[in-house]
Order: sequence, then structure tokens, then C-alpha cells
Amino acid sequence: MSDTIETPVISAPPLRGKRILVAKPGLDGHDIGAKVIALALRDAGAEVIYTGLRKSPGFIARVAVDEDVDAVGLSILSGSHKELVADAIAALADQGASNIPVFVGGTIPEEDVAMLLALGVTAVFTADMKLDDVVAAVAERLAERLAERQA
Amino acid sequence: MTALKQKPARDTEEPKGISPMTPSGIEVPRVVTAGMVARGAPEQPGEFPFTRGIFPDGFRGRAWTMRQYSGFGTAEESNERYQFLLREGQTGLSVALDLPTQCGYDPTDPMARSEIGKVGVSLSNLSEMEILFDGIDLTKISTSFTINGTAALIYAMYVACAERRGIDPGLLTGTIQNDILKEYVARGTWIFPVRPSMRLTADSILYANRTTPRFNPISIAGAHMRDAGCNAVEEMAYTLSNGIAYVDELLRRGGDVEKFAKRLSFFFYVHMDLFEEVAKFRAGRRIWAELMQARYGVSDPKAQMFRFGVVCGGSSLVAPQPQNNIVRVAIETLAAVLAGAQSIFTCAYDEAFQIPTESSAEIALRTQQIVALESGVARTVDALGGSHYLEWLTDETERRIRAQMDEVEAYGGAVKAIEDGWLQMRLAQRAHERKRQIDSGAFPVVGLNVFRKAEETRGAVEVFRIDPKASRRIVEKYEAVMDRRDAAVVARALDRLGAAAAQDAENLMPYLVECCHAYATVGEMVARLKGCWGEFQEPIRL
Repeated sequence: MSDTIETPVISAPPLRGKRILVAKPGLDGHDIGAKVIALALRDAGAEVIYTGLRKSPGFIARVAVDEDVDAVGLSILSGSHKELVADAIAALADQGASNIPVFVGGTIPEEDVAMLLALGVTAVFTADMKLDDVVAAVAERLAERLAERQA
Repeated sequence: MTALKQKPARDTEEPKGISPMTPSGIEVPRVVTAGMVARGAPEQPGEFPFTRGIFPDGFRGRAWTMRQYSGFGTAEESNERYQFLLREGQTGLSVALDLPTQCGYDPTDPMARSEIGKVGVSLSNLSEMEILFDGIDLTKISTSFTINGTAALIYAMYVACAERRGIDPGLLTGTIQNDILKEYVARGTWIFPVRPSMRLTADSILYANRTTPRFNPISIAGAHMRDAGCNAVEEMAYTLSNGIAYVDELLRRGGDVEKFAKRLSFFFYVHMDLFEEVAKFRAGRRIWAELMQARYGVSDPKAQMFRFGVVCGGSSLVAPQPQNNIVRVAIETLAAVLAGAQSIFTCAYDEAFQIPTESSAEIALRTQQIVALESGVARTVDALGGSHYLEWLTDETERRIRAQMDEVEAYGGAVKAIEDGWLQMRLAQRAHERKRQIDSGAFPVVGLNVFRKAEETRGAVEVFRIDPKASRRIVEKYEAVMDRRDAAVVARALDRLGAAAAQDAENLMPYLVECCHAYATVGEMVARLKGCWGEFQEPIRL
């Protein structure tokens, strides 16, 4: 924290205009992490759709397509991330939506991160990350996607 | 303060010094003197309103129960772990159940597929429970089941299990969590809409009072709301508000408050602010006793007593530098004992990210034994009582808890606040605020937002992995039971359950026990009840 007063820079919220689906696949009922992320994404300008608990990967993929979202965030704390993420990514592909980036958050052991990335996950977030860093990472990845598509 | 500012090698941020604010936002004076204590605790331990404890002789008469949470994979593996913990001197068992059992899905249900045996043991029918407690004398141990949405079913199964062995259920001791209200707010294993769920809870409590009088049929929990992000004051306030809702429902269903109130117990987290935590429990004891007397006219002191168990750890434990969590759990255990907890569960240091290993679970239990036998804090009742600061903080905490309870009451009570999603929204907003405070360093956590070392952002720890074959074995055993049982007996028991569910005057417990004896499954019983009551539709408010 600096004591000098700086001229405030008015910048656009990093996720303005983005639509993001936050979802809880499987039976895990710990939804506070998902809700906190949803609030942080909303603060950053995104329009957030939260599915509520116990949604099947197929349902999540369908909502993602119907709502034409820019990204899907999956929150999993039960240790079932491997199966649930694989199912969600397959379900998105089935709906012709493999282009929608998938972010994963929750209780993910470090040695499982590479496995999730190999399944096609764009980034994995854990509870000890700062919300601003999560928002920045999402914004950056979405900007990269946009740049790739425009190239 | 100087010591705090000594900068070790690679810490990421400078700590901001000691804040005058407690985590609940109570501003603490630089020094508290006798004249600042408004009420204090003039009464003796064991005297109404029990600020100093519910027993006159504290832990001298009876030590707290050291209860460790365990159970994973198959019933056979869990049974082995229980035998180990009992040999190591543990005095109570705590059973964790897998999510399909908690949410009412059988192992063959597509919703169960990736979750069988993952966060606890799978108990789809009586046969699994018989394996789980094989060789364990049910009359000698107290067993605590962390179960809510299907609590009445699992409790019925425990009663049936005892009956099968020729044991009088009246000898059973233990607890089922059975607190459905906080499931809607923070833990998520709800199944039915709020009101029929309240009926099921009340039925199990009233049945337990008659059939298993030594068994605690509910543990009204603030722990999960606390873990989700609310502070100590809110944790106690929302829990007591939920307690009022249960008392009201029990009265509606014809219960005698002088009787059932003796078997209500509570369950909380202990976090790191030692004095605030001790004050929270002293205030809770006082408020509950006064509430039972003034609002419900309870005169028997045993029915006014606020009994509680705690978990030390939970979200106060962090993944970076995980061994620091051993120290945190020790301080929290100290707080729990100084607050006069009836039972204590200590988290293993690796629990922030994994099911504990045998060695981390052992350290957790040893922590309690060290506090009990070496620290000396349990020698006298309410050892901190009379401290100007603690008495001041108890009064201040009480005032704030009551204000929060009034707010819930003004909304229309806990049931309405939860049906509407109001409490859930409050909690999510609070969790978001708390996370921002941790991110900014306003709420310091050593190793996480202060004194964090760059090269060890995640702990290198022993990781316990569940045997991948376990879920296949669970499904095979389930199918074998399906083949073995008498289908006609099962169908008749389920029909009787369904008919009873449609009649509000019926207590459902005898029907559930009958279903369990017939080896009806949790999924089958839940399906019957859903057919009658429907499912909870989650209100999404952020």
C-alpha cells in the first residue's frame, strides 16, 4: 500500500459484457466457494448465471449452450473432479460447444492439475488464490480466446 | 509488535500488526477494567443461566469426549479404522458417510456414480451397517453420525442393527447430526422441501426420546455456516434461531419441551480468536437457558442446558505450510476446553485439502490428549471466568448475538428465511467479504497472506487415496443384498412408509425401522418420501 495519492485511473471492469456460467456438478453441497466466485465475477462486470447444487454435466452443458456463455466455471470439493470434469467437457463437445472455455475451482490436489488441463480445462483455481487474481486470469484467458478467433 | 515486524526471508507481505477488532468486528478496548463489565457471571458453574458451564465440577466429574471423524470407502475399511482408533484410546466413534448416502441415492443410481465411498462410508442398507460395526460393542461406544438429509433413515438403520444383535436400543448412545436447516444454508445435502423435512426431524427426535433415551437425536450445527464464512456472532445467532425453529416444530408435533429439550445438543467450529470463541460459547449457554425459561417456560435445569460439541480446525486451516495447522488446532482445542465443550473433534493438519492419513489423524488426537493431561487448563471449571476481558467480551457477544437473532425473527423465523433463500444470500455475501479481507491481509493468516514463502505455495504432504476398486465392491455387495432379500417384505414396508408419510399425524420412525429390517435401501425409502413430499427447489439469490 502506498501513501502517495495517485490519479485514479478509470478503467472498464475486466469482465464487462461477458456471460459466465458457474456450476456445481455432482453431489458435493459446498456451494459457498461457487457463490463467492460468482459474486467476484459479477463485481468484475460479468453477467453470472449460477446453476445451484447437484447438476449433471449434461444439464450444465445444455445451460451453457442455451445461455450462450463465454465461459463455464465448475466448482468441485468432493474429490470427484476427474470424473465430473471429464463428463462436463464431453457433454459440451456433444452439444457442439467445445469452444467454451472451462475453468475449475475447488479442492484440487496439485498433482491433479496437469491431468485436468490435459482434459481440456483452461485453468484450475484453488481456495488460497486471491479473488482478483482469479478474475484477472479469467479475463486474460477470455481475451486470448477472442484474439485467437479474430486472428 | 517489533517481533512481528521482523522480516523472515521471502515473506510476501508485511503483517499489519495487531488489530483491535475481533473477527466478528467487535472493537476491543486497550485494557478492560472491572468497572467496564456490565453483567459478568456472578453465578456458579452448573447454575442457571450456565454462563460458567453446565456442570458444577467441570471436567473433573467428566472429561470431554474425544471424537475423531473418520470413515471412507467400504464398510470393511472403515471398520478396520474404527478398531484402530478405539485401540488408540479414542472414546467415541464418528461416522462420515459418502455423498450418495447423504443425498439419498443408491450406489447404482447415475447421480451416485463418481461419488461412491469418496467422502465417507457408503451405507445404502442395513447389511453395510452390520459390516461397519462388526466386532464393536454398540453398548460400550458412543457413535456420532454426520448425517442430515437422510438422518432419520440412518438412525432407523442403527436401531435395526442393534435389534438384530438382540441389543435393547435403549442402551445405545451417540448422536445423529440431523440438522436439516443448516443444510439448506451451508452444507447442501437437503432432499425434501423445508417443512416436511422439519417433520421428519421432529419425528426422529420424539421417537428417540422414547426408544433410545441415551441417544442425542439432533446436533444443531453452526459449524458449517461458520466454515462457509460467517463470523462467531452470526454462527451462534443463526444456530440458536434454527434451534428455536426445531423447538417450535417439536411442540407442533405434540412434544413435551421439558423432555425433548434435554436431548437437544449443538455443534460448532472453534476458530483462532481464543477469547472470542470462549465468549461465544459462554454467551450461547446463557442465551439458550434464558430462552428456554422465558419463551418456553421450561423449569427443569437439564432442559435449559446448552450442550455442545466442537470441531477445532475447519476453514481456519490452510493448505500452505500445512504443519502450522497443528499449532492452530492446539490453540483452538485450548479454547474449546476453556469454553467447557462436551465433545471435541480435532482436525488433522492436512484436512484442508485431503482425508487425513493415519499419522496426521494421530497427531490430531494427541493434541487433545496433551491439552487434557499436560496443559492443566481443565483442572478448574471455567478457568478464564472472572477475567475482565472475557466477561466484557461475553456480554458484548451476547448483545450482538441477540440482535442477529432478532433480525431472523423479524424476517419471519429461520424456516421462512431459509425457504426464501434469505439466509443463504446473507451467508454468501459474508463469505465474499471474508475472502476479500483475507486477500487484502486485513484478516491475517500466517503462511497464507503473511509470511508466505514463494517456494512452498502448496504443501508437500502424504496424500491418502481411496482404492478405486472400492466403489465396484460397494456396487457388487449392494446387488447381492438386492438378490438375497425378500422383495415382497420390502415392498410391503415401503408401501406402509409411503402411506404414513401422507398422514401428518403419524410418526414415521417405526415405518423406517421396519423398512431397514427388510433391507430396503436408502434410495428406495427416499424415493417413497419424495413421491409424497416432492423435492426442495433451491432459491438462487446472490
